[in-house]
Amino acid sequence: MKRLQVPSWITTLAVALLAFFGVWYAKQGGHISVYWYQVVQLAAITAISALGLNLIYGFNGQFSLGHIGFYAIGAYGSALITKDYVTKWSGSQTGALAWMLAGQIGLVFALVLINKLGLPVVKKRISSSLSEHLAPHEANTLGTLAVLLISAASLAASVAVALGLHALLAPALETIISSLPEGASRPLIFALALINGGSIAALVSYLVGLALLRLGSDYFGIATLGFAVMVYTALQNSDLVIETMKGARGMVGIPPWSTWPWVAGGLVLLAIVMRNMLRSSHGRAMISVREDEIASQSMGVDVTQLKNLAFTMGGFYAGVAGALYAHLYGFLHPSSFSMIKGFDPLIIIVFGGLGSMTGTILASVMFALVIEGLRVILPQGFEDWRFVIYPIILLLIMLLRPSGLLGTSEWGWLRAPLPPERDIPVPNRSLRGSAVSASSEEE
Amino acid sequence: MQLLQVDNLHVAYGAIRAIQGISFHVDAGEIVTLIGANGAGKSTSLRTISGLLRPYRGDILYQGESIVRTSPERIVKAGISQVPEGRQIFSTLTVMENLQMGAYTRRDPQEIESSMQRVFRSFPRLQERQSQLGGTLSGGEQQMLAMGRGLMSMPRLLLLDEPSMGLAPILVDEIFEIIKAINAQGTSILLVEQNAAMALSIADRAYVLETGRIVLEGDAKSVLRNPQIREAYLG
Ligand SMILES: Nc1ncnc2c1ncn2[C@@H]1O[C@H](COP(=O)(O)OP(=O)(O)O)[C@@H](O)[C@H]1O
Ligand SMILES: [Mg+2]
Repeated sequence: MKRLQVPSWITTLAVALLAFFGVWYAKQGGHISVYWYQVVQLAAITAISALGLNLIYGFNGQFSLGHIGFYAIGAYGSALITKDYVTKWSGSQTGALAWMLAGQIGLVFALVLINKLGLPVVKKRISSSLSEHLAPHEANTLGTLAVLLISAASLAASVAVALGLHALLAPALETIISSLPEGASRPLIFALALINGGSIAALVSYLVGLALLRLGSDYFGIATLGFAVMVYTALQNSDLVIETMKGARGMVGIPPWSTWPWVAGGLVLLAIVMRNMLRSSHGRAMISVREDEIASQSMGVDVTQLKNLAFTMGGFYAGVAGALYAHLYGFLHPSSFSMIKGFDPLIIIVFGGLGSMTGTILASVMFALVIEGLRVILPQGFEDWRFVIYPIILLLIMLLRPSGLLGTSEWGWLRAPLPPERDIPVPNRSLRGSAVSASSEEE
Repeated sequence: MQLLQVDNLHVAYGAIRAIQGISFHVDAGEIVTLIGANGAGKSTSLRTISGLLRPYRGDILYQGESIVRTSPERIVKAGISQVPEGRQIFSTLTVMENLQMGAYTRRDPQEIESSMQRVFRSFPRLQERQSQLGGTLSGGEQQMLAMGRGLMSMPRLLLLDEPSMGLAPILVDEIFEIIKAINAQGTSILLVEQNAAMALSIADRAYVLETGRIVLEGDAKSVLRNPQIREAYLG
């Protein structure tokens, strides 16, 4: 009865390897120019970021317009680390890295502390014990005040933790990096920069999500757009805070370390992680939140928590993608992270299919190839017309295929695994659907 | 033993007072039905029991403990499971994934698998359609899936909100047979229905709800014989 089938992971692996070595040999053999080599990498980077947004909007149903902001944070955050390694702008090769690590751990510490203290409960307790002696509004105000004081105290404690950590980390990192040979310290710094780009963006998106996710999808979209504008404006004036970011002049001196193996490796790794997460019970719960919040709540899903998880994870993907982008050209300018640019990943996921990883990856590649391809095809001086032609192509496809290229379907290993074989007696045809007879056999 | 006890419950949506002081109980092993016309407050009662809504007065005791401040997650874990009105299955998840969602609060894969097998024994059709998307099932199959999903958390008390809604009569009979079978296997059931005749035919006891108040209660047979009820609900 059963046909012999090649397991889906084998075909998927084969396609991935083919794509990887295809690009690699084309580059090594000089068959593609540096320009196209970078276009291919940009496509993979865009795919990482778009996967993150698809998780938030496609799989979890939260319409976000702020994705480019997290991409920017990952880009600049990681660039500060690697530029430090090359130019020692902070005074030491690992100064920026030490500060970022300490800062992040301090922030996580503060969040855990505030969460553990259970502030709403504390407030209620203080207010109710005070209300025996005071008017209700006085008790309430004092309760709020007490909670604010406690928050401030835990923030102060976290700053202390961060400062202490920095004092420990800075010399330790310095010794480690300087003792390693260049061939080892460079990739180490790059890897750390990529991870930090992701984790900083994830932390910020956790905080943004905490504040905004309760707004409900439409308002959430507008509010996240506001966030992206905020980041953009901050970047234009960043030189006032950190001189080396150069604000509106654009940050230079970032080592161009992004290569196809790094970019493709990042994409593959992050795609595997996302696929496995989506096929876990958390992933199913994320999708169920998109489908019907009330129903998934009655399954026992903590809806707020899952929205936060998806948004934070999506932010991480944007951050890593931004970090790879920063090291692709070695130059960052705020205009790469403007509101208009922010629509790119959104267009890609809608075009590829909301809720399809396969569609997102395909659409990212097509997006890059079409945009750059039109630049080549169009006559000199008409390059900017591609931004007219491109939306027209897009519009046509949206009219012909409203649910995107793939809808919610996936290809190969990205698909949901088939159900296991079960040796429940095959229901007798005459009893089909009649549960009484079927279930009375059981006990 | 009283499994669930609802005591003088009041629930409002903003200014709309949907439930105005109802009390009822479900004993272990029983099928209890809550019947009433559209808008009487049946769904509101169920949503309040499963923690999706909060009452502004009154209490709900489950196995002797108050659950009006308990989160829906905890309530599911404690053994109350709701099969919502209009099924509300997850249409882009497969049948199997829908069932797995029902077991969201459980961790032991072996126990989940054995629940899944039990559900498939009760609903053989679901097994045949395991990898089909929920949204592509027929109405009756969707109702079966919603009930199967509700059973996947191994509830002690199953809340069913109008399982007969929109189904052909023959399917309604089938669904009610399955409800009896589930009850016979030891799950207590609180059944909400507009289809009073059907509900009363399988229930042990019944409560009649009108605009947020209970107007009649008793064992199902006597409610079925009550002339006013015959006129109002059984036509
Ligand atoms: N989400 C809601 N917002 C406001 N009013 C509601 C909502 N849901 C139900 N109601 C009102 O509460 C009352 C009871 O509704 P419901 O519990 O759904 O009744 P039933 O399930 O018996 O048909 C009705 O008057 C209905 O209009
Ligand atoms: Mg109802």
